[in-house]
Amino acid sequence: MSDGQVFEPKIIGFFCNWCSYRAADLAGIARIKQPPNVRVIRAMCSGRIDPVFVLKAFALGADGVMIAGCHPGDCHYIEQNYKTIRRYVMLKHTLRQLGIETERLKLVWASAAEGHILAEEIAKFVDQLKKLGPLNWRDNWRPDEAEAEAVEALAQEHAEALEVPA
Amino acid sequence: MSGPSATWSVENKTKPKLALYWAASCGGCEIAVLAIDEKILQVADHFDIIFWPCVVDGKVRDIEKLPDGAIDVCLFNGGIRTSEQEYMARLLRQKSRILVAFGSCAHEGCIPGLANLSTREEIFNTVYRDSVSTDNPTKVVPQTETEVAEGTIHLPLFYDTLRPLADVVPVDYTLPGCPPEAENIWEALQAIMDGQLPPRGAVIGKQTTVCDECPRTRSEKKIKGFKRIWQVIPDDTTCLLEQGIICCGIATRAGCGAKCPQVNSPCIGCHGPNEGVEDFGARMMAALSSVIDSKDPAEIERIISEGIPDPVGMLYRFSLASSLLKRSRLPRRQEKAEAGQPQMAMAAAKG
Repeated sequence: MSDGQVFEPKIIGFFCNWCSYRAADLAGIARIKQPPNVRVIRAMCSGRIDPVFVLKAFALGADGVMIAGCHPGDCHYIEQNYKTIRRYVMLKHTLRQLGIETERLKLVWASAAEGHILAEEIAKFVDQLKKLGPLNWRDNWRPDEAEAEAVEALAQEHAEALEVPA
Repeated sequence: MSGPSATWSVENKTKPKLALYWAASCGGCEIAVLAIDEKILQVADHFDIIFWPCVVDGKVRDIEKLPDGAIDVCLFNGGIRTSEQEYMARLLRQKSRILVAFGSCAHEGCIPGLANLSTREEIFNTVYRDSVSTDNPTKVVPQTETEVAEGTIHLPLFYDTLRPLADVVPVDYTLPGCPPEAENIWEALQAIMDGQLPPRGAVIGKQTTVCDECPRTRSEKKIKGFKRIWQVIPDDTTCLLEQGIICCGIATRAGCGAKCPQVNSPCIGCHGPNEGVEDFGARMMAALSSVIDSKDPAEIERIISEGIPDPVGMLYRFSLASSLLKRSRLPRRQEKAEAGQPQMAMAAAKG
């Protein structure tokens, strides 16, 4: 992914339909420059973002996750984005204990008129992730060669022992 | 309890063959099998128990000699932490028609899986060097190879990461619980004996949560702070979570009869995730976030950090090894991100 070349972080962005996704649209229409690192997934509300989505993104190779929604008080579904704040804090609290830098998870409020804010936040986030480097979470638990060799050695040993009459 | 009536016999072809094995687990699952009481004799009548190292003398060599699929049912408890356990999991998978992940360890890693918060080195240091009851003046630590006068002797390789059984070999059925309840074991065994098994891949158990079996009254939950169980004496009738005690019943599969909440003790999730729960801790995070009664980020921060000092231990107590993230960061595999990791030491130190 990053051997020798410049590291380009992979970011999964969960944007709410009513504000942030439109902010992203606006940023595009207004031709505001922003790094192309975010893969956007549109949700109806930031409150729809189950912590499992975030964990799955990290587990499958994301370097960062951005959740974006309406400003507190402006939620299309009255107060679901307050839930988002609480989940965000809860997630960071848990990620910290697992050794994932909390800076890899970002919560942004951007109204439909704030394309420039969203673009700015994306640029800042990409910079931050470039400093942190790749996450490569799967490497943490992928079985290594030593394990495969040890299992193979046992099979070998047993096969040899079997040749001796019991 | 009299000894099992079935003994090793290759000639006994009429009875289906049953094997039980024990990998990284505490041994409680073995005892749980005996908790079906005298019905164990029916099991022994129905099955030819050909391999059960805890109870019956049998040799791995004999299993290796069997043709593939010769064992009809294998109940495998324990996670995979060493090369020997992985070898046995592969061997028993190959020799068994039906492989059952028996109990929480084989299903989701359970308590041994919480050691995924540490590295192999840290685990060895704790066990063989640092714990107060360790007396090891010569600092002996298990080696995979040791030279002795008679030659080289081997010990299995201890892995950094414990994996649930299904991460190592395909599993046909899962019986949840730490340990599985006797009634559920008996029901599963009966289903196997009668050939009334659910579709392959299923978790044999209920498809609802512990809350459904809990007699406490529930109303809307609004919590201003989480309390540890030593901080309060809960009342007998109100939902424990409503009283601020973190109860994992909301994410946990029913089948235990909600024994813990009935005696004022919160559910800790030993029966594993309910159907449809992909990541136990994530479900708990979602649920707990919904009941916190605050809109102020600073207050939310305080409620969570004070109320849940050990989020992984609390929300992933039984399921860390089978969660989406599976473990804490492993430093030696993360050469590049070495700098700026002060949290690692904290995570490893375990409260």
